Amino acid sequence: MKFYRSHIILGMDTPSLLAGAKGVRDTLEKQLKEKNIVNEIRIVETGSLGYNGVSMIIYPEGIIYTGIKPEDIKELVEEHLIKGRPVKRLMAIESSQKDICAGKQEKLLDGQVRIVLKNAGSIDPENIIEYIAKDGYMALGKVLNENTPKEVIDIVKNSELKGRGGAAFPTGKKWEFTYNTESSQKYVICNADEGEPGTFKDRLIMEGDPHAVIEAMAICAYAIGANKGYIYVRGEYKLSIDRIKKAIKDAEEHNFLGENIFDSDFSFNIEVCLGGGAYVCGEETALIESIEGKRGEPRLKPPYPPVCGLFGKPTIVNNVETLANIPQIILNGSDWFKKLGVKGSAGTKVFTILGDINEKGLIEVPMGISLKEVFENIAKGTRSGKKVKFAHIGGSSGNIVPFNNFDIKLDLNTLASSDLTHGSGVILFVSEDIHINDYLKSVAKFFKHESCGKCTPCREGTFRIYQFMEKLNKKEGKKSDISKMKDLCKVMKNASFCGLGQAAVNPFLDAMTHFEKEMMEGVKEGKK
Amino acid sequence: MTCCNVDVGKILKEYSEEKGNLMEILHKIQNSSKENYICDDCMKKISDYTKLPLNKLYGVTSFYTMFSNKKRGKYVIRMCESCPCHVLGAEAVINSFVDELGIKVGETTKDGKFTLEHCACLGLCAVAPAVMINEDVHGNLKPEMVKDIIAKYE
Repeated sequence: MKFYRSHIILGMDTPSLLAGAKGVRDTLEKQLKEKNIVNEIRIVETGSLGYNGVSMIIYPEGIIYTGIKPEDIKELVEEHLIKGRPVKRLMAIESSQKDICAGKQEKLLDGQVRIVLKNAGSIDPENIIEYIAKDGYMALGKVLNENTPKEVIDIVKNSELKGRGGAAFPTGKKWEFTYNTESSQKYVICNADEGEPGTFKDRLIMEGDPHAVIEAMAICAYAIGANKGYIYVRGEYKLSIDRIKKAIKDAEEHNFLGENIFDSDFSFNIEVCLGGGAYVCGEETALIESIEGKRGEPRLKPPYPPVCGLFGKPTIVNNVETLANIPQIILNGSDWFKKLGVKGSAGTKVFTILGDINEKGLIEVPMGISLKEVFENIAKGTRSGKKVKFAHIGGSSGNIVPFNNFDIKLDLNTLASSDLTHGSGVILFVSEDIHINDYLKSVAKFFKHESCGKCTPCREGTFRIYQFMEKLNKKEGKKSDISKMKDLCKVMKNASFCGLGQAAVNPFLDAMTHFEKEMMEGVKEGKK
Repeated sequence: MTCCNVDVGKILKEYSEEKGNLMEILHKIQNSSKENYICDDCMKKISDYTKLPLNKLYGVTSFYTMFSNKKRGKYVIRMCESCPCHVLGAEAVINSFVDELGIKVGETTKDGKFTLEHCACLGLCAVAPAVMINEDVHGNLKPEMVKDIIAKYE
């Protein structure tokens, strides 16, 4: 193996490319050639490093540079790589130097451990060797050699890992259902149809660490007795699709997938299935219909997929982030995992923080951090300098939390006791200059478009809510519109066929509780 | 066996008749078409090969936003209008595309170059407001940037 004295890890995800990462890489290559040090320094392209602008980390020093432009490269190469003097003006702020992906909260939150994003940003996702060097596929080897399927399920069960896609169902329990169902054919599906507006954590995991997903699927397959898996990726996620396909191919070549893995009698294959741009396909039974080549309409439950899923066979559907936790749980044990986070909410959670704030991006924090801490310490306040009005957490179907309630802790129990959910982990901060009616109209439009049309409460309900919001937004509403909308929301919550219609009403119900007065501004004078 | 310049037979042969690849087949055929759609002729051939009745097949293509049975432009502009983009000014950007191209959302320019479409979240919220033009991503958009972006496509 060739030896390099330095490695430059360069973030080449979509936002970095937009900021000019390609130009930076080309200039860097040119400079290395010019200085004749191509053989000493290796450039590794990776996913997001979690910073704004083009960023890179130079190892072995581990120094992080951000906001790099092609014209900075000459100085960087001469000073850092040749003379060994870091270029201070380009270095990321002191406090974040130690940490790569999670950024600045490292100092604030002692004992933070990154599980899901462990490798994202520190390895080349297209190189399987680098994943193996970071203990990759060790967990798979361990379970195949040391554990029975039942033991694997017990480890996952004891870790108290809960699904990270939104419903928070205990993962180990789900696996056990399928394990206990007798069938000659079982399936594992990775749900990567990330459609919740504001979420892109799964995309970054797949772009930054695709092998973790594949390894986890293989472990799951061994535990439940499946030999075929599907990864259902959004059709729009071009880079994720390419990286996952490459990772599958490499894993097959190394016999981490295929026949007789690690010389055991366990065989497992994975196929990629592309989505077609339908939000409802994130619902597991709709996703299964879509893989079967049908319209992605949800099925009647029960039977649930763990008993009767794809092609009528027992099937596990797990979210990307859920799966990415599995190899680490196997390697470090369930007690280690349980100690992270708070009681009832084991482990960490990846949040995407967005909106009118200074630091947008992806963070992985232990469960139990408060919304206020996220806003003040991580997001660093609003970018426009205006007051923040509310946060919409969990995506469009999530809850609206007004600024007064920002003390709430973001763990499953606390949220559930206030009838909230962190859903897929989006936190969108909205400032005071956005009118609530304008915002809700945008939410309503989304659901009107994405309702699949199978059941009446959701199909007609999302349509009517949009009509109400359109009227209110034009200040042509009636006073009775709001009470009618409240009734409609209750009907949809109770009578919709699947989670889409049931959850679509959440933001509207919250807004009617917290911002009724402002919504009333959309009522035309004199109209009752 | 070509129609609308897509060799459907060749693409279909790459896939076994086993269930579970219809979505991939549809994507591949649509991407091979210069006009970003699946024509009626192709639909019949897919139906014959997969043994899926034609009406069911149309049910599938009309369900998913990414598929089209109508001719579209060489470049499909997908404009995100979900909340994270909306609160950062997506509406003005969308209007700017509409003005610049002189077509409404859902229409194709007369020269067959661009089709404008609304779409739900593209997962590019870190650079909101964002659009995708075919497979390219454009983010952190402002209305005045639209003209230059369009000019890049020939």
